[in-house]
Amino acid sequence: MTPTLGKDPAPRLSRTDIARRAALDLPDGGIVNLGIGIPALCSDLLPEGVELRYQAENGILGFSDMHTKLDGDPNVMDAGGNFPKLVPGMAFFDSVESFNLIRGGHIDVTVLGGLQVSGKGDLANWMIPKRGIGSIGGGMDLAANARRVIVAMEHTTRDNKPKIVNECTFPLTAPGCVDEIITDIAVIRVNEGRMVLMEAAPGWAPEHVQALTEPELAVSDTFTVFRTSKS
Amino acid sequence: MPINKVVESFEAAVADIPDGASIMIGGFGGAGGQPTRLMLALRDQGAKDLTIIGNVAGISATTYYGWREGPDDPKPVDQGMFFASGQARKIICSFPVPGTTNPLSEIEKAWRDGSAEVDIVPQGTLIERIRAAGAGIPAFYTPTGVGTPVAEGKEHREFGDRSYLLEHALSADYAFIRAQKADTHGNLQYVGTSRAFSPAMATAAKVTIAEVDQVVDPAGPDGIDAERVGTIGAYVNRIVQRVPGDPYP
Repeated sequence: MTPTLGKDPAPRLSRTDIARRAALDLPDGGIVNLGIGIPALCSDLLPEGVELRYQAENGILGFSDMHTKLDGDPNVMDAGGNFPKLVPGMAFFDSVESFNLIRGGHIDVTVLGGLQVSGKGDLANWMIPKRGIGSIGGGMDLAANARRVIVAMEHTTRDNKPKIVNECTFPLTAPGCVDEIITDIAVIRVNEGRMVLMEAAPGWAPEHVQALTEPELAVSDTFTVFRTSKS
Repeated sequence: MPINKVVESFEAAVADIPDGASIMIGGFGGAGGQPTRLMLALRDQGAKDLTIIGNVAGISATTYYGWREGPDDPKPVDQGMFFASGQARKIICSFPVPGTTNPLSEIEKAWRDGSAEVDIVPQGTLIERIRAAGAGIPAFYTPTGVGTPVAEGKEHREFGDRSYLLEHALSADYAFIRAQKADTHGNLQYVGTSRAFSPAMATAAKVTIAEVDQVVDPAGPDGIDAERVGTIGAYVNRIVQRVPGDPYP
């Protein structure tokens, strides 16, 4: 139970809504890597007419639809452990090549999950200190080297504490890497170490978002309610 | 004498692995590309104090990561087997635990009770360390990990306006890799995403053992087209063919 949620001015958006909003910011024709969790939902929610080339760390580019876990070929997998269908134009490659793509700056956008993001755009998303062990996977390479990093996550923890904080207390994935944060109540851009509130969920004013965000938010001149289509 | 690297059984292929050996395990994580029969043979062989080097390590058994869940599909097995059996004392990997702790994976159990060391390396750094070892490069600089716990104690150097970490090559005593087809010279052909870490690992170990579905005569009608060789035979020491119809993918 989270009694403070009663103070929300309006409902928060769903995980699907977060992913749908993130999908609006994926560039048509771009090479995109989606992390696990909310980011993975983006692929089913693209605006009509947008075509992307998805890359996954395990060595595949150009996948889209998935088999179920009951069928499919384990030799055609994505990094989430799912089985993409074979489609024309797909490419397979080994892990050296896969991280040439990532480390070499050839990924246009990555959408990653987040545990904490700092006002400077530091990202922490691989370990909860209380557990003491976590999995880095390809996350550090993506966060440090993709051309654009979008974090898609819930705005607060389950007990309604800010996840957008002055300083990350969890181990970092990469410092200063985040360009944009999309949550269940807001869209925030990180501009030269400053956070700018671009959009808020219906019924949420900037002060409502600020109350659940540690760093000071500047409000964009173009501040608007959550967009549902490309601008 | 004609070159023939085929070994008659998985048992024979791993028989000489001593206590304290370091073992690279190819593929990515999940069933595709995992050298499952070599792993099971090493578990049965019983060598101890092993260091395991892999990528996504030991999460399939509890999460079905990368395994089919059809009614006729076998239950997943993964690198966790060497921790359940008490054979491994260390793992070097990028992804040792799943998001969930219910149930606990074998690696996390071993880490919690202090019987195993877990060295977590960013995936791009892990594969490049392995590639470097095989390529005769002792160390390299990477931007990945700067400003994170991974950077602690490591040399930093600026190139242009960016900071980089010095990372060292990573080799092993043995590499277990998985391919679909081998010829008797050890040339390998992979399918789909099964290659992952295997081609680089093949270059970075003293002894590379390939588990394959099919062994062919290089001169025969099924011989691997030179244009389609994924790992060249120069890196492969031993080849073992799986039994046709093996339930493991």
